[in-house]
Amino acid sequence: MISRRKFIAAGASASGFLLGGCDRLNNSSEFRGLLRSAEKLTMNTQRLVTPRDALAREYDEAELSPIFRSNGTRMPEGDDYARHLKENFTNWRLVVDGLVAWPLSIPLQTLRSIPHRVQITRHDCVEGWSAIGKWHGLELSRILDAARLSTRAKYIVFHCADRFGDKPYYESIDLVDAFHPQTIIAWGMNGHLLTVPHGAPLRLRVERQLGYKHAKYVQRIEAVDSLANVYGGKGGYWEDNVDYEWYAGI
Amino acid sequence: MDEAAVSIESAKAEAPPPAPSSRIAYRHRLPTRLWHWLNALTVFVMLMSGLMIFNAHPHLYWGQYGANFDHPWLSFSGRPVPGWATIPSTYNLAAARRWHLAFAWLLVVPLILFLVTSLLNRHAQRDLKPTRNEVRPSHIWHDIREHARLRFPTGDAALRYNVLQKFSYVAVIFVLLPLMVLTGLAMSPSMDAAWPWLLDLFGGRQSARSIHFICAMAILAFIIVHLVMVALAGPINEIGSMITGRFRVPPDRAKS
Repeated sequence: MISRRKFIAAGASASGFLLGGCDRLNNSSEFRGLLRSAEKLTMNTQRLVTPRDALAREYDEAELSPIFRSNGTRMPEGDDYARHLKENFTNWRLVVDGLVAWPLSIPLQTLRSIPHRVQITRHDCVEGWSAIGKWHGLELSRILDAARLSTRAKYIVFHCADRFGDKPYYESIDLVDAFHPQTIIAWGMNGHLLTVPHGAPLRLRVERQLGYKHAKYVQRIEAVDSLANVYGGKGGYWEDNVDYEWYAGI
Repeated sequence: MDEAAVSIESAKAEAPPPAPSSRIAYRHRLPTRLWHWLNALTVFVMLMSGLMIFNAHPHLYWGQYGANFDHPWLSFSGRPVPGWATIPSTYNLAAARRWHLAFAWLLVVPLILFLVTSLLNRHAQRDLKPTRNEVRPSHIWHDIREHARLRFPTGDAALRYNVLQKFSYVAVIFVLLPLMVLTGLAMSPSMDAAWPWLLDLFGGRQSARSIHFICAMAILAFIIVHLVMVALAGPINEIGSMITGRFRVPPDRAKS
């Protein structure tokens, strides 16, 4: 009986020690670096088993979420965005620059007027929920081809009109995802133009990654060879500020 | 590798039992012991970081989609899982995901190695597969009654898994853990593109998420029962045998 009591007491103190230990480990930069190395392993493994152009599932109209909730910024602050909204985004332009031979500044109307892609896909939030929506937009690959992407370019950075506190939202993807057939700059959703909570007038859809990669209110697409010099250097607002994974395939 | 089998064989041959208190038998082989202690760590980290991830959206749905305006089958308000049960102990989805997705590798790679090894060296077939005799309802009922009366197997019977142990170990190793991994992968938008059958197998990402949670709770229930059983059956001998492999055989109870 003594041994049983000791066992329970030992178990309780061991778990208390482990719990405190987990928080201490979580605060150690070496340990977090170790955990972070798993992201690379996960990404490389997923890329290994996923054909480059493997498509995310496309659903039927009947499977659309009745209400597609929004998340993150629901209304960007600032006079600039307010003016664009008031003008119905008629003067919104998508700038394409960085490591490209032909920098572009495409009027929104032009983007909307060329043949586009429609896809009904599932949006998976990092928090765990999913919503199915229908997206209308232009393949990013066509935009990058039009701008003559340099061979030195490794990442595509999306600069957004919304800010979190004093920091601008931005995201980035590599060329595997940038040239994926379902990666589009969307201007429409569920048969109408994008609403403000869903990123009006332009947002990214990168269907094989989680929701926070799908940058909203996109103003500028920049091709770079390294993410190190872009804002915090980790490739995105959430990556820089709360240590979300840059590779959000899982 | 076959020492456990040998001890059982010698028991069948009715070898005269040595003095009860000093009889030591080799019960757990090295792969089992290594995997057990690695899992003791990994499964706790997975459960606790998983519960923190659950805190981010504590609502579960069936089907392809599911979010705040849809109908959940299980729903909590706020952040339902307290800090003592999560990693880290204060709300941090990003850190919990780092832990969860790193330790997932420590769960899945050894799981595959153990499954392959134990099928090849016939540990599964020999020690874990219930025999025809054991699956008779009368035998199962007998074992349940014996457990309820806290009368655990003694003598040579203590060197084999009893049928309730076999059922629970097989359920955890061959059903729950593989389901955890597959439902976890089904929640990955990238893996759903690579292996679309994952979505069909579980009936959608949100169904997979629900099954992931249910299996996690089943594993938690297994761990609780497992620890209670270890405590009741003699923790020093039981834990010692899982460390060294060597088990002090409880003397045969007089047959009633």
